[in-house]
Amino acid sequence: MQSVIDGLCELSLKDPMTGLANRRHFLSVLEREIDGVARSGEPALLLMLDIDHFKSINDTHGHLAGDQVLQAVARCLSRCIRPMDTVARYGGEEFAVVLPNCLVSVGEAVAERIRMTVESLMISVGPSSHVKATISIGGAYAPAWVRSTAPLWIERADNLLYRAKSEGRNRVCIDHQQAIAVSAEEKNLLFGHLALGEPAWLERVAVEPASGSVSGVGE
Amino acid sequence: MSDELQAAAEAKPPEPTVPLAPPGKVMAVTSGKGGVGKTFVSANLAAALAKRGQRVLVLDADLGLANLDVVLNLYPKVTLHDVFSGKATIEEAIVQAPGGFSVLLAGSGMVEYSRLTPEIRADFLRIIHGLIPRYDVVLLDTGAGISDVVLFAVSLASVVLVVATPEPTSLTDAYATIKVLAGQQHRANIHMVINQTARLGDGRAITGQLQQVLDRFVVTEPGRGVRLIHLADIPSDPSVRQAVMRRQLLMQTLPGCPAALAMTQLARKLEETVIKSGR
Repeated sequence: MQSVIDGLCELSLKDPMTGLANRRHFLSVLEREIDGVARSGEPALLLMLDIDHFKSINDTHGHLAGDQVLQAVARCLSRCIRPMDTVARYGGEEFAVVLPNCLVSVGEAVAERIRMTVESLMISVGPSSHVKATISIGGAYAPAWVRSTAPLWIERADNLLYRAKSEGRNRVCIDHQQAIAVSAEEKNLLFGHLALGEPAWLERVAVEPASGSVSGVGE
Repeated sequence: MSDELQAAAEAKPPEPTVPLAPPGKVMAVTSGKGGVGKTFVSANLAAALAKRGQRVLVLDADLGLANLDVVLNLYPKVTLHDVFSGKATIEEAIVQAPGGFSVLLAGSGMVEYSRLTPEIRADFLRIIHGLIPRYDVVLLDTGAGISDVVLFAVSLASVVLVVATPEPTSLTDAYATIKVLAGQQHRANIHMVINQTARLGDGRAITGQLQQVLDRFVVTEPGRGVRLIHLADIPSDPSVRQAVMRRQLLMQTLPGCPAALAMTQLARKLEETVIKSGR
């Protein structure tokens, strides 16, 4: 019975085609990492990777070949990372890698190594035919000390992936900064009242700060 | 601003503060956004403290873009730059300001020090160590934003004063600064000075608003959140502009105006809470 449960858990976390973490598992890893970064301030890097011209591989060599390319790239990615990292199939020919505690100074080198390793693959798609695949990579660091959200972090990495694509593919674009962003929600809470013309917060924030604080000038 | 935020984020957290001085002796005045009156507050607070009998020195810790000389209308030949480069001693660089306090001005040659190197850290520490025995209060007037130089200067202080105005941009940047100070330096208390308030009580309400957002979004160890202490409202006052344009200290030229009175009260409050008790 336990082995059946384990098997089902395994199934619910993995992408059947590649054996990588599936999207759901990836999102839960990402949430956990956001929490960790918010508490520790450690740099964490998210890479979004996409196989270049995947459609033309499919069109030229057939969907079976396409699947073999996906699997080969997936295996390659799994070999490129540390045990603490998570590689996931994000969808279609897009992958994601979560790298906890990845120094800002080495992020680019890590991504570049992944890119070069994939580029060097000779992927067998038939008895005597091989194809080569390249990937584009976009990467973004999680905002330190801040509880960001998974969609925002993914969006930043995705934007950089888009830039890597538009700059010619088979390249890496990383946002080196571990941005300390003040989110729209925070801003709205800080001074949303100003847009209303009347500072309603004057009434709302009537609560005194904790004891021990000094009183305002003139009071 | 976002560039500054990002540059700060890229920088490694400052090393833990060396037990430098009795608590309450070294205070940093910082802001987040520039142009909110940080240097104005530093200089006039120093004058107000001096008037109350404290021996005060203001150190121009905004190495890259120092403004204290402009505010005080002082252009000494020997500056912090010469102390850093070993051409002069600290004594030679200390200047008496009109308000009865001392200043160490950065000097225009300091642009090269806008990046924090181990040498600059060491020089900075050496200078502050030299100042501690001679003054009751050392005020560090830091640069705007949260560059690594600013964070380092702030890390040397036991008391941090964040100056903000009620404008949204200033509040956002003050909030971002506080967030970094809470996260990287594990500050438990941050003192707020709200400048250019329109009405009495605005500053306290703004501080309360900042506190609410911090409590909700800034993650620290459980039960150890950052606490904002509202110190003073400096009311919007035409006298301030007059003094600034004449490049005189408000505390000297118009000591009876509302903003100067608020400065005096700020000085008194600091004396009562942090300077004496060393909190």
